[in-house]
Order: sequence, then C-alpha cells, then structure tokens
Amino acid sequence: MTDNTAQTDNGPVLAADGRPLKASLRKALRAQKIRAMMLIAPLLLFIVVTFIAPIADMLFRSVENQIVGNTLPETTATLESWDFANGEPPDEAVFEALYYDMFLAAEARRHTRVGSRLNYEETGMSSLFRGTGRSLDDLGDDYFDVFEGVDPIWEEAGFWYDFMGAGDGDAEAGGLIDAQRDRLSALLDEPVAGDVGFVPDAEIAAILPRTADAYAAFAAYTALVDEDVVAEEEPWEAVFTALATDLRRDGAGEAIAAYSGDGAAELQAAYEARDQLPDISYTEFFIEEDEDWGSLDTWGTIHAYSPSFTPGYFLTAIDMRLTPEGISAQPENLQIYGTLFGRTLFMSMVIMGSCILLGYPIAFLLANLPMRTSNLLLILVLLPFWTSLLVRTSAWKVLLQQQGVINDLLVWIGLVADDNRLQLINNQTGTIIAMTHILLPFMILPLYSVMQTIPPSYMRAAKSLGATDWTAFWRVYFPNSVPGIGAGCILVFILSIGYYITPELVGGETGTFISNRIAYHISDSLNWGLAAALGSILLAVVLVLYWAYDKLVGIDNVKLG
Amino acid sequence: MNASSGSDNFVVFDRVQKSYDGVELVVKDLNLAIGRGEFLTMLGPSGSGKTTCLMMLAGFETATHGEILLDGKPINNIPPHKRGIGMVFQNYALFPHMTIGENLSFPLEVRNIGKSEREEKVKRALEMVQMNDYQGRRPAQLSGGQQQRIALARALVFEPELVLMDEPLGALDKQLREHMQFEITKLAHELGITTVYVTHDQTEALTMSDRVAVFDDGRIQQLAAPDELYEQPQNSFVAQFIGENNTLMGTVSKIDGDQAEVTLDDGEVIDTKPVNVNKVGDRTLVSIRPERVEFNKERLTPGAHTIKAEVLEFIYMGDIYRTRLRVAGSDDFFIKTRNAPDQRRLKPGERIEIGWRAQDCRALDA
Ligand SMILES: Nc1ncnc2c1ncn2[C@@H]1O[C@H](COP(=O)(O)OP(=O)(O)OP(=O)(O)O)[C@@H](O)[C@H]1O
Ligand SMILES: [Mg+2]
Repeated sequence: MTDNTAQTDNGPVLAADGRPLKASLRKALRAQKIRAMMLIAPLLLFIVVTFIAPIADMLFRSVENQIVGNTLPETTATLESWDFANGEPPDEAVFEALYYDMFLAAEARRHTRVGSRLNYEETGMSSLFRGTGRSLDDLGDDYFDVFEGVDPIWEEAGFWYDFMGAGDGDAEAGGLIDAQRDRLSALLDEPVAGDVGFVPDAEIAAILPRTADAYAAFAAYTALVDEDVVAEEEPWEAVFTALATDLRRDGAGEAIAAYSGDGAAELQAAYEARDQLPDISYTEFFIEEDEDWGSLDTWGTIHAYSPSFTPGYFLTAIDMRLTPEGISAQPENLQIYGTLFGRTLFMSMVIMGSCILLGYPIAFLLANLPMRTSNLLLILVLLPFWTSLLVRTSAWKVLLQQQGVINDLLVWIGLVADDNRLQLINNQTGTIIAMTHILLPFMILPLYSVMQTIPPSYMRAAKSLGATDWTAFWRVYFPNSVPGIGAGCILVFILSIGYYITPELVGGETGTFISNRIAYHISDSLNWGLAAALGSILLAVVLVLYWAYDKLVGIDNVKLG
Repeated sequence: MNASSGSDNFVVFDRVQKSYDGVELVVKDLNLAIGRGEFLTMLGPSGSGKTTCLMMLAGFETATHGEILLDGKPINNIPPHKRGIGMVFQNYALFPHMTIGENLSFPLEVRNIGKSEREEKVKRALEMVQMNDYQGRRPAQLSGGQQQRIALARALVFEPELVLMDEPLGALDKQLREHMQFEITKLAHELGITTVYVTHDQTEALTMSDRVAVFDDGRIQQLAAPDELYEQPQNSFVAQFIGENNTLMGTVSKIDGDQAEVTLDDGEVIDTKPVNVNKVGDRTLVSIRPERVEFNKERLTPGAHTIKAEVLEFIYMGDIYRTRLRVAGSDDFFIKTRNAPDQRRLKPGERIEIGWRAQDCRALDA
C-alpha cells in the first residue's frame, strides 16, 4: 500500500514534517479553537456576567446566613456550647457577650437587621432586638454615674486615651485592634481600613480585659467609621460597664495594686469604690428589658441560626422549619409553599394542555392552508406578540370580570342568570384563560415549524395504502408532529411555571403562582434568602422536568424551528 | 409483451380535463386506455401534467371535467383509500417513525389483516425486493436505493392490481437507476400488475415500458410502443424529445405515395417520408436520426439524393464516433457511426456527401 503519510512500524502516523500526525492535528485545531473562542468571548463574558453570576448569587443567598454570626460574633461563639435540650436559658457569659455585641451593633445601627433576619424564623425577634438596642446605654450610665462621683476625671476623653495605652501600647495588644477592625468589616459588610491611632497597653489589657476590649471596639469604631480622633471622644457607656465588670472580677485587687502605669491612682480609687456600683448582672439587665430574653425559644432560634450557612430558607420553602429541637414541619396554618408549588405545577400543566388543544389545530391549518391564507393566519397568531403583555392581560380583565363582556354575553344569551354571573377572574380560571392566550404562540410556532417539514406525501402515501383520513392523521401525521408538541410543551411549561405578571393581575388569591410569592419576598417582606431558596427550588424543578423529558422523549427529538 | 391492443381496458381516462386555478388547463382533453397488466409510462417535460394525471388516478386531485374509469367503474367519487391503488412516491414517503417492517405492515393493518398473515406477507414482500435483513431498521438508516426498494415493496405488499410510480428513480445514481429499472419491470411483469410510471428520463421510458405516452402541454403527443415512438415519431415535438435528432427546414416540392422530395432552404433536395405534410408547398421540419445518416456512397440506395456536408468536428466516444457537420447552413448536424474495424474516421475540414433511406427521414409539421 502506498500512502503519503509515513507510518513507522506500529508507531504513530507521522505527518510530512516527521512530527506525529495527532500532534500536528491538535496544533492545527488549537489555533482554530482559540480563534473561535476569541470570537465568542465577548458574548460569553456577557452571559457569565448577566446570567450565570446572578444565578450563582441567588443559589448562594438561599443558604447564606452570615448576618447572625457577623453581628453577634461573641454571642454565637459563647452560645455554641449551650444545649437547648437542657431546658435552661444560657448562662451569664452569654448575656455578657450579647451585651457587647449588641452595643457595637446598636452603635452601627445593625442590630435591627439581625432582628429582622431572626424574625423570619421566630416572630417577635425584630421588636426584641429593636427595643433592647435602645436601652443598652442605661446600664453603662448607671456605672458611669458612680465612677464620675469617685473622680470626675473618668469623664475625660484624654484621660481614658492615655489610661488605655495611647500610642505606646505594644504589638501583642495591638492584635486587639486588628480583631476589632475585622469585626467591623464583617458587621458593616464592607472592608474597613485605616489607622485607629490607638494601641492598647498590654498590661492594662491583662488587668482589665473586658475594658480593653470594649475600649478597643470604641476606638476602632470612632476612628474608622465616625472618622473622629479617639483621644477627643468620650468613651461609650459599654466601656464603663466593662470597667465595672473587670473591677468586680476575682483577683482584680492584687493586679490593680501591682499596676503602676498611667492612671494607676485613679484606677485604685475606682477599685476601692466598687461596692458603690449597682449590683446588676447582665442576665438580669436583659430579662428586665424584655422577658423574652429569658425564653428558651429566643435562644434556641439564635443558636439554630448561628452558623454561616443554613438550610433554614430551603426548609421554609418546603413548609418545614429549623427549630431549636431540629427540623420539623411548619405549623399547619403557615404551610403555604407546598400548596403554591403544587398549584403552580398543576396550573402550568393545565395551561400547557390547553395550549396543545388550541394550538395544534391552528398549527395544522397554518401548515396546510394555501400560502396566502396561512400567512394571514400567522400574522394573527403573532399579533399578540406585538402588543404589550400588560395590555393583553388588562384586556382579559375587561372581558372576564363579572360585569364584563363575556358575562354580559352569557347573560344576554340566557346561559347564566343575571344575579349569578360567573366568577371568571381573580381566581384560577382567570389565570388559566389569560396565560393560555399569552403563551399560545409559543406552542403554535414550534408546532408549525415542525409540521411544515412533514411532507404532504406522507399523508398521501398513507391514504394510498388504504388508511382513512383519521388513521392517516393519527398513525402517520401525528407521530411526526410530536417533536413540535414536545418543544411547545417545554417552552410553554417552563415559561408558565415562572410567570409573574399575569397571575398577579388576574389571579386574585387562588390563582397566583410561586413566582408571585417570590416577588413578594423580594420587594415587600425583603426576605431575599427565602426568595432565593424558592427560586432555586423552581430552577431545580425545571431542571428535573427537563431531565425527565429528555429521558422520556429525548431532547434531540425536539425541534424549535 | 402484454396487452397493447386496448381490448381489455383496465384504466380509462375519458376526455379528462384539469385546472387548478380556473384559468389555465393543466390537462387538456386526456384520452387514454391502459390494458390490464400493461406497463405504461408517461413521459414528458417538466410541468406537462404527468403528476397531475397520476394524482387524479390516485384520488388526490379531482378531474375538472371528464371521467376516469377503473376496471370499468367510474372512480371520481371513490376516496383514495378505497381505490386500492399502490403508489410509489418520488421521495419514497416512507414513514420515518416506523421501522421497515412496520412500514410494510401498515397497509395490511389498516385492512384488518391478521397478525400471522401480515407477517407472512411482509416477509414475502421483503424477499421480493431482497431486503429481508432490514425489517427492524428505520428508513433513515437505509441508502437511497434500499429505500426505493422498500417503497416498492410497500406499494405491492397489499397486492394491488394497479401501481402508480411518480419518478421513483429520480434520486438515484445512473448505475443504480439502471439496475432498479430492470428490477421494477421484472417484478411488474412477474406479478402481472398494471403499472403507470411517470418519468422525464426518456431512456427509462423506452427501456421499461410496453407503451409510452409522451406528454406535452397537457396533451398526449403520441402513445406508442418504444420502438415505434423512436422510429416513427408522429410530430416534431416527439421526434425532438425522444432520442437525438437532426432537423432541417424545407418546403415540400414533390409527393409520391410514401415518398416526398423536400427542397431545403439553400436549394438542395432530399428524400423524405411524408408524415404530417400533405401537399406540395407545405413548410416542413425534416427529422433524421444521426445513426441513419450515411456518408459511404456504396451503401446508399442508387439514385437517392445526397447533399453536401463539411466535417466540423470528430468526437471519439468509445463505442461510437460522433461527427458534427455543417449541412444546409446549419452547424449542429450530427452523425453517429459504430466503432467498427472498417469504419472510417472523418477529419475536420473534409467535404463529404451524405444521404439516407427515404423512410428514415420524416417530414413533420413545421
Ligand atoms: N397544486 C397545484 N396548484 C396549482 N397548480 C399546480 C398544482 N400542481 C401542479 N400545478 C401546475 O400544473 C402543471 C402540471 O404540473 P405537474 O405536477 O402535473 O407536472 P409534471 O408533469 O409532473 O412535472 P414534473 O416532471 O416537473 O414533475 C404545472 O404547470 C404546475 O405548475
Ligand atoms: Mg411530477
């Protein structure tokens, strides 16, 4: 055999330049591929940015729950070891952490957000957080009065600044500031950077750990968010609460006595006056503010929603919920999503069915009438496309309402009594009628395009072979038009399952779809996580149906044009 | 050769006319009788109304005027599926969603034939076209020629007495077409079915048919057996449409029984056979087949007229030589000679005398 590609014995086929043919081919193809990729790159980028990225964002939002951990970092950390099953509210340490977390959050006006978030899971959380946030200052004020009585110098911003370490603090204690900076970034959902102009003193931080912490938080917030000079600002009430807590701590006396740095004398004086401090525990303070802080459910909810990622939204979306005891069904009166999903699927099926029933004969006519007539008919089919969706839907309102054209006509004919007019709108009937009309072209066009490709000779052949008109249609024409039905069904069903505007306008209470609920959560209740979870489930349902359809009918049997 | 007499008329077109738009007649006054068991071909240029005739016979078009009789009974009011006519379509029209077996058993199913009998018949039909192994395949998995055979088998499986074929071989390559031509005629004669075959390939028409109906302009121009059609065309359309042909214009100068002399426009005189000229002075188109032209004087009838010709081109075609001549001012006069050992090759520029037997040269309508 003579061949112009050289073949070494059993070796790879070589190209004319002696390199393996496969490699040459790959090289030749790669250049082509790169060129092709560059051609589609702008479009690809566009799709990624406008389509894939939002979907990924949506999927992420549906499980994301960082807000609790970001707003109440210390509380959630301390609460981790707490066990709901014990039947006891958490101990003092948790409340202490909550106080400082809340204080900072309240300063940043972020505590209401975590309140709203938790309110999705347990009603009352929102007002609990809002109310408590307002009165956090009270506790610190009480202590402040005592310290000021002992020595008015405690009121001075400059004294505090020097006392806590000023510019001469050391590096290790500086870690406190970095920690606060990170915490602020998380709390405010945006990177916070800059120089605080303050580093706590390691010695003071060891003697008064809580105070150093609270002051560092104050300093970081003042410098980085308020953009004020720390040395000129009076510390927050929380700093005084922290000082009181530190002074009362066991063994504080010896450490203070041994301290000889800035403000040692004032600290000693304050320590000696510690018995004058009002004796209120953090727990008492919170429960006094709102007795819900003592309730197990409050803490159970916070505990359950502490992790950064939560199945909570998805559970809500399938009428379950994440309670402190674990996953359980939603109370009966709150189970709406199952019904809504079921209704959406059912009604989409009905709409799809009506579209087949109405669309098939029209498509058949389009494909089989003489050119001129079928062109006119096609224009009529396409006409709705050139009218605004809103106008079409509103037209249905006019037609279908109880005093509307259709009811008038039926009454006039005598089919229905005047005092018993049909309810055709603001219910499922209305949605089905209007949606069938709006989605009909999406059934007709693929059907038409498939039917056009069925040669008329098939029907003739069937008839010449002895089949009646009906047999010829059913055994020969119809099977050949199935790909069109398939394509139409997919289009109509998927469009309808996510339809929003028409059910919203004509669906009333009983004719709305899941998408209306999603819209509600996006724009009214602002529960984006739940909206995202519902959307993700909808996406999954569509994908599953698509997959099932592929298994049953085969997606390559579908012709869209 | 089967009935060409018309004594046993199975299909009759009686003064049939057809118009699609009410303005123009596509079929004008069609009269045609097809004998039982006959293989009749409708041959004609595109748009001459062949398919229309076939469709009227099959029942997919109705005649605007006139009557079509099948086995003596008018069929104008019988719907297509009750006519029991087998049909092979140009694009085969095999049902793509059915296997070959299902395609073949379809006509039997709609006739409510039992399963075992159905299988038996399908098997036999497939054997007939030598396609037994393909029962489970789908039409798309077959080659053009194979699909063609299946279409044929499907049209025959329910044992119709009449089979219509509309350019069934149009999509096949030359070799396969010739092979299928042979098989179709063989089958048709073996089974004794009446066949109406439509084509615009004249070789196909000549080789396959008992009789050929040449269509033009909605009329049958000539209905005759292939040899008659080729050798004795009745008018200039048929003469030019069938086979290769040389034509010369002239005026009849003398008629003597079945021989006439025609004076060509450059004054030369030739011998012809008058076909549709009847008096001296008629303008006529004279037609002569290239293979009937003789330039070897010894072989010509003594006393026959000859005319001068100049060789323009010699074309070697293997089995034959084709030579282009200038005759009576026309540059496309061809002659064909067999490539035999004693045959002389003409050279361009050579001047020769050509002639023919009077009965080979037909004086037709102008
Ligand atoms: N359905 C129709 N409506 C209107 N005119 C038609 C129709 N079918 C055919 N014609 C016209 O009738 C004439 C004859 O058509 P027909 O199909 O019989 O030709 P044909 O001889 O089969 O040609 P071909 O060899 O190209 O198949 C043509 O002029 C055609 O334009
Ligand atoms: Mg035709």
